[in-house]
Amino acid sequence: MNATDRPIPLARRGHGAEWYGARTLTYAAASLLAFFVLAPIYLIFVAAVTPRQHAFDYPRAIIPTEISTDTIAFFLNASGVVPSFWRSVQVALITLAIAVLIGAPAGYALARYVFRGRDAYRLAVLSTRAFPIVILAIPLAVTYIRWGLDDSVIGVAFMHTALALPFTVLITSSIFMSVPRDLEEAAQTLGCTPLQAFVKVSLPLALPGLAAAAIFTWVLSWNDVFAASILTLRNPTLPAKILAALTQSPIYYQFAAGFVMLLPSLVVIFFIRRYLLGLWGRVVK
Amino acid sequence: MTRRLGWAPYALLLPSLIYLAIFFATPMAQAFALALQDRDGNWTQASVGRMIGDPNFRDAVTTTIALVILVLPVQFVLAMSMALIINARLKGQGLWLYVYALPLGISELAAGIVWVSIFTQTGWLNTILEGLGLIDRPIIWQSAETPWLLILTIVVAEAWRATSIIMIILVAGLQSIPREFLEAADVYGATTWQKVRRVILPMLRPSLQVALILRTILAFQVFATVIALAGSGVTVLSREAQRWATSIDNDHVAAAYAGLILILSLSATLLFLWLLPTREEHTG
Repeated sequence: MNATDRPIPLARRGHGAEWYGARTLTYAAASLLAFFVLAPIYLIFVAAVTPRQHAFDYPRAIIPTEISTDTIAFFLNASGVVPSFWRSVQVALITLAIAVLIGAPAGYALARYVFRGRDAYRLAVLSTRAFPIVILAIPLAVTYIRWGLDDSVIGVAFMHTALALPFTVLITSSIFMSVPRDLEEAAQTLGCTPLQAFVKVSLPLALPGLAAAAIFTWVLSWNDVFAASILTLRNPTLPAKILAALTQSPIYYQFAAGFVMLLPSLVVIFFIRRYLLGLWGRVVK
Repeated sequence: MTRRLGWAPYALLLPSLIYLAIFFATPMAQAFALALQDRDGNWTQASVGRMIGDPNFRDAVTTTIALVILVLPVQFVLAMSMALIINARLKGQGLWLYVYALPLGISELAAGIVWVSIFTQTGWLNTILEGLGLIDRPIIWQSAETPWLLILTIVVAEAWRATSIIMIILVAGLQSIPREFLEAADVYGATTWQKVRRVILPMLRPSLQVALILRTILAFQVFATVIALAGSGVTVLSREAQRWATSIDNDHVAAAYAGLILILSLSATLLFLWLLPTREEHTG
Protein backbone atom coordinates (compact mmCIF):
# COMPACT_ATOMS: atom_id res chain seq x y z
CA MET A 1 0.00 0.00 0.00
CA ASN A 2 2.35 2.69 -1.15
CA ALA A 3 0.42 5.83 -1.93
CA THR A 4 3.23 7.34 -3.98
CA ASP A 5 2.93 4.57 -6.59
CA ARG A 6 -0.42 5.85 -7.70
CA PRO A 7 -1.32 8.66 -10.04
CA ILE A 8 -3.23 10.19 -7.22
CA PRO A 9 -6.36 12.10 -8.21
CA LEU A 10 -6.47 10.84 -11.80
CA ALA A 11 -7.27 7.28 -10.77
CA ARG A 12 -10.60 8.56 -9.55
CA ARG A 13 -12.07 10.42 -12.48
CA GLY A 14 -9.44 9.71 -15.10
CA HIS A 15 -9.55 7.20 -17.89
CA GLY A 16 -6.85 4.77 -16.92
CA ALA A 17 -7.22 1.08 -17.68
CA GLU A 18 -7.78 0.46 -13.97
CA TRP A 19 -10.75 2.83 -13.96
CA TYR A 20 -12.32 1.18 -16.99
CA GLY A 21 -11.76 -2.25 -15.48
CA ALA A 22 -13.50 -1.32 -12.24
CA ARG A 23 -16.30 0.32 -14.23
CA THR A 24 -16.88 -2.81 -16.33
CA LEU A 25 -16.94 -4.94 -13.21
CA THR A 26 -19.50 -2.63 -11.61
CA TYR A 27 -21.73 -2.85 -14.71
CA ALA A 28 -21.44 -6.64 -14.66
CA ALA A 29 -22.45 -6.82 -10.99
CA ALA A 30 -25.26 -4.34 -11.57
CA SER A 31 -26.62 -6.41 -14.45
CA LEU A 32 -26.39 -9.64 -12.50
CA LEU A 33 -28.40 -8.17 -9.63
CA ALA A 34 -30.93 -6.70 -12.07
CA PHE A 35 -31.27 -10.14 -13.63
CA PHE A 36 -31.97 -11.65 -10.20
CA VAL A 37 -34.76 -9.12 -9.66
CA LEU A 38 -36.28 -9.18 -13.14
CA ALA A 39 -36.03 -12.85 -14.19
CA PRO A 40 -38.64 -14.14 -11.68
CA ILE A 41 -41.07 -11.39 -12.78
CA TYR A 42 -40.64 -12.44 -16.40
CA LEU A 43 -41.04 -16.11 -15.52
CA ILE A 44 -44.32 -15.65 -13.61
CA PHE A 45 -45.57 -13.61 -16.58
CA VAL A 46 -44.75 -16.48 -18.95
CA ALA A 47 -46.33 -18.98 -16.55
CA ALA A 48 -49.51 -16.89 -16.38
CA VAL A 49 -49.86 -16.50 -20.17
CA THR A 50 -49.27 -20.21 -20.85
CA PRO A 51 -52.61 -21.92 -21.56
CA ARG A 52 -53.80 -24.43 -18.98
CA GLN A 53 -53.18 -27.56 -21.07
CA HIS A 54 -49.47 -26.68 -21.20
CA ALA A 55 -49.19 -25.87 -17.49
CA PHE A 56 -47.50 -29.17 -16.70
CA ASP A 57 -45.29 -29.34 -19.80
CA TYR A 58 -41.70 -30.16 -18.99
CA PRO A 59 -39.25 -28.79 -19.90
CA ARG A 60 -41.15 -25.50 -19.96
CA ALA A 61 -40.88 -23.07 -22.87
CA ILE A 62 -38.92 -20.06 -21.60
CA ILE A 63 -40.00 -17.98 -24.60
CA PRO A 64 -43.77 -18.40 -24.95
CA THR A 65 -44.94 -19.50 -28.41
CA GLU A 66 -48.29 -17.81 -27.86
CA ILE A 67 -49.65 -15.37 -25.31
CA SER A 68 -52.93 -16.75 -24.07
CA THR A 69 -55.41 -15.30 -21.60
CA ASP A 70 -56.75 -18.79 -20.87
CA THR A 71 -55.09 -19.26 -17.47
CA ILE A 72 -55.81 -15.72 -16.25
CA ALA A 73 -59.44 -15.97 -17.42
CA PHE A 74 -59.78 -19.28 -15.57
CA PHE A 75 -58.52 -17.62 -12.38
CA LEU A 76 -60.76 -14.56 -12.73
CA ASN A 77 -63.79 -16.78 -13.38
CA ALA A 78 -63.08 -19.01 -10.38
CA SER A 79 -65.78 -18.61 -7.76
CA GLY A 80 -65.29 -15.74 -5.34
CA VAL A 81 -62.27 -14.18 -7.04
CA VAL A 82 -63.93 -11.09 -8.53
CA PRO A 83 -65.91 -10.18 -5.37
CA SER A 84 -62.76 -10.60 -3.25
CA PHE A 85 -60.85 -8.45 -5.75
CA TRP A 86 -63.37 -5.61 -5.28
CA ARG A 87 -63.29 -6.08 -1.53
CA SER A 88 -59.50 -5.62 -1.60
CA VAL A 89 -59.86 -2.46 -3.69
CA GLN A 90 -62.43 -1.06 -1.23
CA VAL A 91 -60.33 -1.93 1.82
CA ALA A 92 -57.27 -0.28 0.29
CA LEU A 93 -59.19 2.87 -0.70
CA ILE A 94 -60.78 3.26 2.75
CA THR A 95 -57.39 2.66 4.40
CA LEU A 96 -55.80 5.29 2.19
CA ALA A 97 -58.57 7.80 2.91
CA ILE A 98 -58.51 7.42 6.71
CA ALA A 99 -54.72 7.26 6.93
CA VAL A 100 -54.21 10.45 4.92
CA LEU A 101 -57.11 12.26 6.62
CA ILE A 102 -55.75 11.52 10.10
CA GLY A 103 -52.04 11.20 9.35
CA ALA A 104 -51.37 14.22 7.13
CA PRO A 105 -52.48 16.83 9.75
CA ALA A 106 -50.20 15.17 12.30
CA GLY A 107 -47.35 15.14 9.78
CA TYR A 108 -47.97 18.82 9.09
CA ALA A 109 -47.88 19.64 12.82
CA LEU A 110 -44.56 17.80 13.21
CA ALA A 111 -43.08 19.65 10.24
CA ARG A 112 -44.29 23.16 11.01
CA TYR A 113 -44.63 23.68 14.75
CA VAL A 114 -42.21 23.58 17.64
CA PHE A 115 -44.17 22.49 20.69
CA ARG A 116 -43.86 20.64 23.96
CA GLY A 117 -44.25 16.89 23.46
CA ARG A 118 -43.17 16.97 19.81
CA ASP A 119 -40.25 14.61 20.34
CA ALA A 120 -42.29 12.34 22.60
CA TYR A 121 -44.98 12.06 19.92
CA ARG A 122 -42.38 11.34 17.22
CA LEU A 123 -40.79 8.68 19.37
CA ALA A 124 -44.16 7.08 20.15
CA VAL A 125 -45.01 6.93 16.45
CA LEU A 126 -41.57 5.54 15.58
CA SER A 127 -41.76 2.91 18.30
CA THR A 128 -44.98 1.44 16.88
CA ARG A 129 -42.75 -0.15 14.29
CA ALA A 130 -41.02 -2.24 16.93
CA PHE A 131 -44.29 -4.10 17.42
CA PRO A 132 -45.11 -6.88 14.98
CA ILE A 133 -48.51 -6.23 13.39
CA VAL A 134 -49.28 -9.92 13.76
CA ILE A 135 -50.24 -9.04 17.31
CA LEU A 136 -53.04 -6.64 16.36
CA ALA A 137 -55.14 -8.93 14.20
CA ILE A 138 -55.96 -11.55 16.84
CA PRO A 139 -57.42 -9.31 19.60
CA LEU A 140 -59.12 -7.14 16.95
CA ALA A 141 -60.88 -10.23 15.58
CA VAL A 142 -62.35 -10.75 19.07
CA THR A 143 -63.27 -7.07 19.47
CA TYR A 144 -64.86 -6.91 16.01
CA ILE A 145 -67.34 -9.64 16.90
CA ARG A 146 -68.51 -7.43 19.77
CA TRP A 147 -68.69 -4.36 17.52
CA GLY A 148 -70.38 -6.23 14.67
CA LEU A 149 -67.42 -5.54 12.38
CA ASP A 150 -66.33 -9.16 11.93
CA ASP A 151 -65.90 -10.27 8.33
CA SER A 152 -66.38 -6.70 7.10
CA VAL A 153 -64.49 -4.50 4.66
CA ILE A 154 -64.43 -1.58 7.11
CA GLY A 155 -63.01 -3.78 9.90
CA VAL A 156 -60.03 -4.81 7.77
CA ALA A 157 -59.57 -1.19 6.66
CA PHE A 158 -59.46 -0.01 10.30
CA MET A 159 -56.74 -2.56 11.06
CA HIS A 160 -54.76 -1.63 7.93
CA THR A 161 -55.01 2.03 8.89
CA ALA A 162 -53.45 1.28 12.27
CA LEU A 163 -50.64 -0.37 10.35
CA ALA A 164 -50.21 2.46 7.84
CA LEU A 165 -50.78 5.49 10.06
CA PRO A 166 -47.29 5.75 11.62
CA PHE A 167 -45.77 5.64 8.12
CA THR A 168 -48.23 8.23 6.82
CA VAL A 169 -47.44 10.59 9.70
CA LEU A 170 -43.67 10.34 9.27
CA ILE A 171 -43.76 10.45 5.48
CA THR A 172 -46.10 13.45 5.31
CA SER A 173 -44.02 15.27 7.91
CA SER A 174 -40.90 14.83 5.77
CA ILE A 175 -42.84 15.99 2.70
CA PHE A 176 -44.08 19.16 4.43
CA MET A 177 -40.56 19.82 5.72
CA SER A 178 -39.35 19.89 2.12
CA VAL A 179 -41.89 22.61 1.28
CA PRO A 180 -40.25 25.88 2.37
CA ARG A 181 -42.23 27.49 5.16
CA ASP A 182 -41.11 30.97 4.06
CA LEU A 183 -43.62 30.73 1.24
CA GLU A 184 -46.43 30.03 3.68
CA GLU A 185 -45.31 32.91 5.90
CA ALA A 186 -45.10 35.23 2.91
CA ALA A 187 -48.71 34.33 2.06
CA GLN A 188 -49.70 35.16 5.63
CA THR A 189 -48.02 38.58 5.54
CA LEU A 190 -49.98 39.22 2.35
CA GLY A 191 -53.20 38.69 4.28
CA CYS A 192 -53.91 34.96 4.13
CA THR A 193 -55.14 33.14 7.24
CA PRO A 194 -52.93 30.19 8.27
CA LEU A 195 -55.49 27.84 6.73
CA GLN A 196 -55.60 29.76 3.45
CA ALA A 197 -51.82 29.88 3.36
CA PHE A 198 -51.74 26.12 3.76
CA VAL A 199 -54.41 25.38 1.16
CA LYS A 200 -53.13 27.83 -1.44
CA VAL A 201 -49.37 27.50 -0.99
CA SER A 202 -48.14 24.42 0.87
CA LEU A 203 -50.75 21.92 -0.24
CA PRO A 204 -50.22 22.29 -4.00
CA LEU A 205 -46.44 22.01 -3.53
CA ALA A 206 -46.79 18.97 -1.29
CA LEU A 207 -49.37 17.26 -3.49
CA PRO A 208 -47.10 15.01 -5.59
CA GLY A 209 -45.33 13.74 -2.46
CA LEU A 210 -48.65 13.24 -0.69
CA ALA A 211 -49.94 11.29 -3.68
CA ALA A 212 -46.87 9.05 -3.54
CA ALA A 213 -47.40 8.50 0.18
CA ALA A 214 -51.06 7.69 -0.44
CA ILE A 215 -50.18 5.21 -3.15
CA PHE A 216 -47.75 3.51 -0.83
CA THR A 217 -50.44 3.24 1.85
CA TRP A 218 -52.63 1.63 -0.78
CA VAL A 219 -49.93 -0.99 -1.49
CA LEU A 220 -49.51 -1.73 2.21
CA SER A 221 -53.18 -2.60 2.43
CA TRP A 222 -53.40 -4.39 -0.93
CA ASN A 223 -50.55 -6.71 0.07
CA ASP A 224 -51.64 -7.68 3.57
CA VAL A 225 -52.57 -11.31 3.83
CA PHE A 226 -52.03 -12.22 7.49
CA ALA A 227 -54.50 -9.81 9.11
CA ALA A 228 -57.02 -10.23 6.30
CA SER A 229 -56.95 -14.01 6.63
CA ILE A 230 -57.80 -13.70 10.34
CA LEU A 231 -60.35 -10.88 10.10
CA THR A 232 -62.26 -12.13 7.04
CA LEU A 233 -63.35 -15.72 6.72
CA ARG A 234 -66.56 -15.80 4.66
CA ASN A 235 -65.93 -12.48 2.86
CA PRO A 236 -62.18 -12.60 2.20
CA THR A 237 -60.03 -9.97 0.51
CA LEU A 238 -58.15 -11.12 -2.59
CA PRO A 239 -54.93 -12.25 -0.85
CA ALA A 240 -56.94 -14.00 1.90
CA LYS A 241 -59.04 -15.72 -0.78
CA ILE A 242 -55.96 -16.88 -2.70
CA LEU A 243 -54.24 -18.05 0.48
CA ALA A 244 -57.27 -20.11 1.49
CA ALA A 245 -57.49 -21.64 -2.00
CA LEU A 246 -53.75 -22.30 -2.26
CA THR A 247 -53.62 -25.89 -1.05
CA GLN A 248 -56.54 -27.21 -3.10
CA SER A 249 -56.01 -25.20 -6.27
CA PRO A 250 -54.24 -26.36 -9.46
CA ILE A 251 -50.84 -24.86 -10.11
CA TYR A 252 -52.05 -22.72 -13.06
CA TYR A 253 -54.56 -21.04 -10.70
CA GLN A 254 -51.61 -20.10 -8.49
CA PHE A 255 -49.57 -18.76 -11.42
CA ALA A 256 -52.42 -16.51 -12.56
CA ALA A 257 -53.13 -15.43 -8.98
CA GLY A 258 -49.49 -14.56 -8.38
CA PHE A 259 -49.31 -12.55 -11.59
CA VAL A 260 -52.58 -10.69 -10.95
CA MET A 261 -51.41 -9.73 -7.44
CA LEU A 262 -47.97 -8.70 -8.70
CA LEU A 263 -49.07 -6.46 -11.57
CA PRO A 264 -50.46 -3.48 -9.58
CA SER A 265 -47.34 -3.32 -7.41
CA LEU A 266 -45.08 -2.99 -10.47
CA VAL A 267 -47.24 -0.14 -11.80
CA VAL A 268 -47.30 1.56 -8.40
CA ILE A 269 -43.53 1.50 -7.97
CA PHE A 270 -43.23 3.01 -11.46
CA PHE A 271 -45.43 5.95 -10.48
CA ILE A 272 -43.70 6.66 -7.18
CA ARG A 273 -40.17 5.87 -8.37
CA ARG A 274 -38.95 9.44 -7.94
CA TYR A 275 -40.19 9.55 -4.36
CA LEU A 276 -38.77 6.21 -3.21
CA LEU A 277 -35.69 7.66 -1.54
CA GLY A 278 -37.68 10.52 -0.04
CA LEU A 279 -40.41 8.23 1.25
CA TRP A 280 -38.15 5.74 2.94
CA GLY A 281 -34.78 7.36 3.22
CA ARG A 282 -35.86 10.36 5.22
CA VAL A 283 -38.36 8.50 7.35
CA VAL A 284 -35.70 6.43 9.04
CA LYS A 285 -34.02 9.44 10.64
CA MET B 1 -40.13 30.62 15.37
CA THR B 2 -43.20 31.76 17.25
CA ARG B 3 -46.78 30.92 16.51
CA ARG B 4 -49.79 32.42 18.15
CA LEU B 5 -51.97 29.34 17.85
CA GLY B 6 -50.44 27.33 20.71
CA TRP B 7 -53.15 24.69 20.60
CA ALA B 8 -53.00 24.13 16.83
CA PRO B 9 -50.35 21.38 16.74
CA TYR B 10 -52.12 19.46 19.48
CA ALA B 11 -55.43 19.65 17.61
CA LEU B 12 -53.68 18.33 14.51
CA LEU B 13 -52.07 15.45 16.41
CA LEU B 14 -55.10 14.46 18.45
CA PRO B 15 -56.98 12.38 15.83
CA SER B 16 -53.92 10.23 15.15
CA LEU B 17 -53.31 9.72 18.87
CA ILE B 18 -56.93 8.68 19.49
CA TYR B 19 -56.81 6.35 16.50
CA LEU B 20 -53.58 4.68 17.62
CA ALA B 21 -54.93 4.34 21.17
CA ILE B 22 -58.03 2.48 19.92
CA PHE B 23 -56.55 0.40 17.13
CA PHE B 24 -52.95 -0.03 18.25
CA ALA B 25 -52.36 0.31 21.99
CA THR B 26 -55.61 -1.34 23.10
CA PRO B 27 -55.33 -4.49 20.95
CA MET B 28 -51.65 -4.74 21.91
CA ALA B 29 -52.61 -4.90 25.59
CA GLN B 30 -55.55 -7.17 24.83
CA ALA B 31 -53.24 -9.63 23.09
CA PHE B 32 -51.38 -10.19 26.34
CA ALA B 33 -54.62 -10.40 28.31
CA LEU B 34 -55.94 -12.98 25.83
CA ALA B 35 -52.76 -15.05 26.08
CA LEU B 36 -52.75 -15.04 29.88
CA GLN B 37 -56.47 -15.34 30.65
CA ASP B 38 -59.06 -18.05 30.19
CA ARG B 39 -62.52 -17.56 28.71
CA ASP B 40 -63.88 -16.22 31.99
CA GLY B 41 -61.09 -13.68 32.45
CA ASN B 42 -59.14 -15.57 35.15
CA TRP B 43 -55.35 -15.32 34.94
CA THR B 44 -53.77 -18.58 33.85
CA GLN B 45 -50.78 -19.95 31.99
CA ALA B 46 -52.88 -22.68 30.38
CA SER B 47 -52.78 -21.15 26.87
CA VAL B 48 -49.02 -20.65 27.02
CA GLY B 49 -48.74 -24.24 28.21
CA ARG B 50 -50.90 -25.45 25.32
CA MET B 51 -48.75 -23.52 22.87
CA ILE B 52 -45.54 -25.07 24.21
CA GLY B 53 -47.08 -28.51 24.28
CA ASP B 54 -48.35 -28.22 20.71
CA PRO B 55 -46.59 -30.69 18.36
CA ASN B 56 -45.91 -27.89 15.83
CA PHE B 57 -44.36 -25.57 18.43
CA ARG B 58 -40.74 -26.67 18.15
CA ASP B 59 -40.75 -26.69 14.36
CA ALA B 60 -42.35 -23.22 14.32
CA VAL B 61 -39.75 -21.76 16.70
CA THR B 62 -36.70 -23.33 15.06
CA THR B 63 -37.83 -22.61 11.48
CA THR B 64 -38.66 -18.97 12.28
CA ILE B 65 -35.31 -18.37 13.97
CA ALA B 66 -33.42 -20.28 11.26
CA LEU B 67 -35.09 -18.13 8.59
CA VAL B 68 -34.22 -14.90 10.41
CA ILE B 69 -30.60 -15.96 10.80
CA LEU B 70 -30.24 -17.17 7.20
CA VAL B 71 -32.19 -14.44 5.39
CA LEU B 72 -30.76 -11.31 7.03
CA PRO B 73 -27.07 -11.74 6.03
CA VAL B 74 -28.06 -12.60 2.43
CA GLN B 75 -30.32 -9.55 2.26
CA PHE B 76 -27.70 -7.22 3.70
CA VAL B 77 -24.98 -8.36 1.30
CA LEU B 78 -27.35 -7.99 -1.66
CA ALA B 79 -28.73 -4.65 -0.45
CA MET B 80 -25.25 -3.25 0.25
CA SER B 81 -24.06 -4.29 -3.23
CA MET B 82 -27.11 -2.69 -4.83
CA ALA B 83 -26.69 0.50 -2.79
CA LEU B 84 -22.99 0.81 -3.69
CA ILE B 85 -23.85 0.26 -7.36
CA ILE B 86 -26.51 2.99 -7.23
CA ASN B 87 -24.00 5.26 -5.52
CA ALA B 88 -21.37 4.55 -8.21
CA ARG B 89 -23.54 6.61 -10.61
CA LEU B 90 -23.60 4.30 -13.58
CA LYS B 91 -25.36 5.39 -16.76
CA GLY B 92 -29.12 5.17 -16.27
CA GLN B 93 -28.82 5.56 -12.51
CA GLY B 94 -32.58 6.07 -12.07
CA LEU B 95 -33.32 2.91 -14.02
CA TRP B 96 -31.06 0.75 -11.83
CA LEU B 97 -32.73 2.14 -8.72
CA TYR B 98 -36.17 1.48 -10.18
CA VAL B 99 -35.29 -2.11 -11.07
CA TYR B 100 -33.80 -2.85 -7.64
CA ALA B 101 -36.81 -1.23 -5.94
CA LEU B 102 -39.38 -3.20 -7.96
CA PRO B 103 -39.98 -5.93 -5.34
CA LEU B 104 -40.79 -3.22 -2.76
CA GLY B 105 -44.47 -3.38 -3.63
CA ILE B 106 -44.71 -7.14 -4.13
CA SER B 107 -46.66 -9.00 -1.48
CA GLU B 108 -45.35 -11.98 0.43
CA LEU B 109 -47.98 -14.22 -1.11
CA ALA B 110 -47.28 -13.09 -4.69
CA ALA B 111 -43.53 -13.51 -4.11
CA GLY B 112 -44.09 -17.00 -2.71
CA ILE B 113 -46.10 -17.98 -5.78
CA VAL B 114 -43.49 -16.50 -8.15
CA TRP B 115 -40.87 -18.76 -6.60
CA VAL B 116 -43.24 -21.74 -6.65
CA SER B 117 -43.22 -21.38 -10.45
CA ILE B 118 -39.43 -21.60 -10.28
CA PHE B 119 -38.95 -24.37 -7.73
CA THR B 120 -41.87 -26.63 -8.58
CA GLN B 121 -40.82 -29.98 -10.02
CA THR B 122 -41.85 -29.09 -13.58
CA GLY B 123 -40.77 -25.50 -13.02
CA TRP B 124 -38.28 -23.01 -14.37
CA LEU B 125 -35.23 -23.97 -12.31
CA ASN B 126 -35.29 -27.61 -13.38
CA THR B 127 -35.99 -26.55 -16.98
CA ILE B 128 -32.94 -24.30 -16.98
CA LEU B 129 -30.63 -26.74 -15.17
CA GLU B 130 -31.61 -29.52 -17.56
CA GLY B 131 -31.26 -27.20 -20.54
CA LEU B 132 -27.70 -26.46 -19.42
CA GLY B 133 -27.06 -30.17 -19.06
CA LEU B 134 -26.38 -29.95 -15.33
CA ILE B 135 -29.05 -32.51 -14.34
CA ASP B 136 -30.63 -35.51 -16.11
CA ARG B 137 -34.00 -35.46 -14.42
CA PRO B 138 -35.95 -32.90 -12.42
CA ILE B 139 -34.85 -32.35 -8.83
CA ILE B 140 -37.60 -32.26 -6.19
CA TRP B 141 -36.90 -28.99 -4.38
CA GLN B 142 -40.13 -28.86 -2.42
CA SER B 143 -40.63 -31.96 -0.33
CA ALA B 144 -41.58 -32.34 3.32
CA GLU B 145 -38.81 -34.94 3.53
CA THR B 146 -36.10 -32.34 2.93
CA PRO B 147 -37.15 -29.45 5.20
CA TRP B 148 -33.75 -27.75 4.84
CA LEU B 149 -34.32 -27.49 1.08
CA LEU B 150 -37.75 -25.97 1.77
CA ILE B 151 -36.13 -23.45 4.09
CA LEU B 152 -33.57 -22.67 1.39
CA THR B 153 -36.31 -21.92 -1.17
CA ILE B 154 -37.96 -19.59 1.36
CA VAL B 155 -34.64 -17.82 1.98
CA VAL B 156 -34.22 -17.21 -1.76
CA ALA B 157 -37.79 -15.94 -2.13
CA GLU B 158 -37.49 -13.63 0.89
CA ALA B 159 -34.10 -12.35 -0.30
CA TRP B 160 -35.72 -11.55 -3.63
CA ARG B 161 -38.80 -9.86 -2.15
CA ALA B 162 -37.55 -7.95 0.87
CA THR B 163 -34.06 -6.75 -0.05
CA SER B 164 -35.33 -3.55 -1.72
CA ILE B 165 -36.42 -1.91 1.52
CA ILE B 166 -32.92 -2.32 2.98
CA MET B 167 -31.40 -1.11 -0.29
CA ILE B 168 -33.51 2.07 -0.23
CA ILE B 169 -32.55 2.83 3.37
CA LEU B 170 -28.86 2.26 2.59
CA VAL B 171 -28.92 4.38 -0.59
CA ALA B 172 -30.49 7.22 1.38
CA GLY B 173 -27.78 6.76 4.01
CA LEU B 174 -24.99 6.70 1.42
CA GLN B 175 -26.23 9.92 -0.14
CA SER B 176 -25.88 11.67 3.19
CA ILE B 177 -22.14 10.84 3.32
CA PRO B 178 -20.29 13.97 2.18
CA ARG B 179 -18.51 13.25 -1.11
CA GLU B 180 -15.42 15.10 0.15
CA PHE B 181 -14.82 12.23 2.60
CA LEU B 182 -14.57 9.72 -0.23
CA GLU B 183 -12.54 12.11 -2.35
CA ALA B 184 -10.15 12.58 0.55
CA ALA B 185 -9.82 8.80 0.79
CA ASP B 186 -9.05 8.76 -2.94
CA VAL B 187 -6.36 11.37 -2.50
CA TYR B 188 -4.71 9.20 0.11
CA GLY B 189 -4.84 6.28 -2.30
CA ALA B 190 -7.44 4.16 -0.56
CA THR B 191 -8.64 1.09 -2.42
CA THR B 192 -12.36 0.55 -2.97
CA TRP B 193 -12.42 -2.03 -0.20
CA GLN B 194 -10.64 0.35 2.20
CA LYS B 195 -13.15 3.07 1.37
CA VAL B 196 -16.05 0.73 2.11
CA ARG B 197 -14.47 -0.57 5.29
CA ARG B 198 -13.08 2.68 6.76
CA VAL B 199 -15.39 5.42 5.50
CA ILE B 200 -18.68 4.09 4.19
CA LEU B 201 -19.53 1.41 6.77
CA PRO B 202 -18.83 3.55 9.86
CA MET B 203 -20.80 6.48 8.44
CA LEU B 204 -23.61 4.19 7.40
CA ARG B 205 -24.02 2.78 10.87
CA PRO B 206 -27.29 4.56 11.77
CA SER B 207 -28.90 3.48 8.49
CA LEU B 208 -27.64 -0.07 8.93
CA GLN B 209 -29.05 -0.20 12.42
CA VAL B 210 -32.48 1.05 11.35
CA ALA B 211 -32.60 -1.35 8.39
CA LEU B 212 -31.49 -4.24 10.56
CA ILE B 213 -34.13 -3.64 13.22
CA LEU B 214 -36.90 -3.03 10.68
CA ARG B 215 -36.07 -6.15 8.67
CA THR B 216 -35.65 -8.36 11.73
CA ILE B 217 -39.08 -7.43 13.07
CA LEU B 218 -40.59 -8.21 9.67
CA ALA B 219 -38.58 -11.42 9.32
CA PHE B 220 -40.02 -12.79 12.57
CA GLN B 221 -43.50 -12.39 11.02
CA VAL B 222 -42.73 -14.32 7.82
CA PHE B 223 -45.99 -15.96 6.81
CA ALA B 224 -47.40 -16.29 3.28
CA THR B 225 -44.08 -17.06 1.58
CA VAL B 226 -43.76 -20.07 3.87
CA ILE B 227 -47.28 -21.32 3.13
CA ALA B 228 -46.88 -20.88 -0.62
CA LEU B 229 -43.48 -22.57 -0.85
CA ALA B 230 -43.47 -25.12 1.95
CA GLY B 231 -47.12 -26.19 2.10
CA SER B 232 -47.31 -28.31 5.21
CA GLY B 233 -43.60 -29.15 5.05
CA VAL B 234 -42.40 -26.64 7.63
CA THR B 235 -44.27 -24.15 9.77
CA VAL B 236 -43.49 -20.78 11.37
CA LEU B 237 -44.79 -18.83 14.38
CA SER B 238 -47.15 -16.47 12.53
CA ARG B 239 -48.65 -19.38 10.65
CA GLU B 240 -49.37 -21.20 13.91
CA ALA B 241 -50.92 -18.01 15.29
CA GLN B 242 -53.17 -17.82 12.24
CA ARG B 243 -54.03 -21.54 12.43
CA TRP B 244 -55.06 -21.28 16.09
CA ALA B 245 -57.06 -18.10 15.40
CA THR B 246 -58.96 -19.53 12.41
CA SER B 247 -59.17 -23.31 11.92
CA ILE B 248 -58.84 -24.19 15.62
CA ASP B 249 -60.68 -21.06 16.76
CA ASN B 250 -58.75 -20.63 20.00
CA ASP B 251 -57.78 -16.96 20.26
CA HIS B 252 -55.96 -17.52 23.55
CA VAL B 253 -53.30 -19.82 22.10
CA ALA B 254 -53.15 -17.65 18.96
CA ALA B 255 -52.45 -14.63 21.17
CA ALA B 256 -49.75 -16.60 23.00
CA TYR B 257 -48.01 -17.19 19.65
CA ALA B 258 -48.38 -13.51 18.76
CA GLY B 259 -46.92 -12.56 22.15
CA LEU B 260 -43.96 -14.86 21.54
CA ILE B 261 -43.30 -13.14 18.19
CA LEU B 262 -43.40 -9.77 19.97
CA ILE B 263 -40.98 -10.91 22.68
CA LEU B 264 -38.57 -12.33 20.10
CA SER B 265 -38.60 -9.19 17.95
CA LEU B 266 -38.20 -6.87 20.92
CA SER B 267 -35.27 -8.95 22.20
CA ALA B 268 -33.63 -8.80 18.77
CA THR B 269 -34.19 -5.02 18.62
CA LEU B 270 -32.58 -4.54 22.03
CA LEU B 271 -29.72 -6.83 21.04
CA PHE B 272 -29.01 -4.76 17.92
CA LEU B 273 -29.24 -1.49 19.85
CA TRP B 274 -26.69 -2.90 22.28
CA LEU B 275 -24.40 -4.41 19.63
CA LEU B 276 -24.47 -1.44 17.26
CA PRO B 277 -24.66 1.66 19.39
CA THR B 278 -24.94 4.90 17.44
CA ARG B 279 -24.13 8.32 18.74
CA GLU B 280 -27.04 10.61 19.52
CA GLU B 281 -28.31 12.06 16.29
CA HIS B 282 -29.31 15.66 16.03
CA THR B 283 -31.53 15.54 13.03
CA GLY B 284 -34.84 17.32 13.02
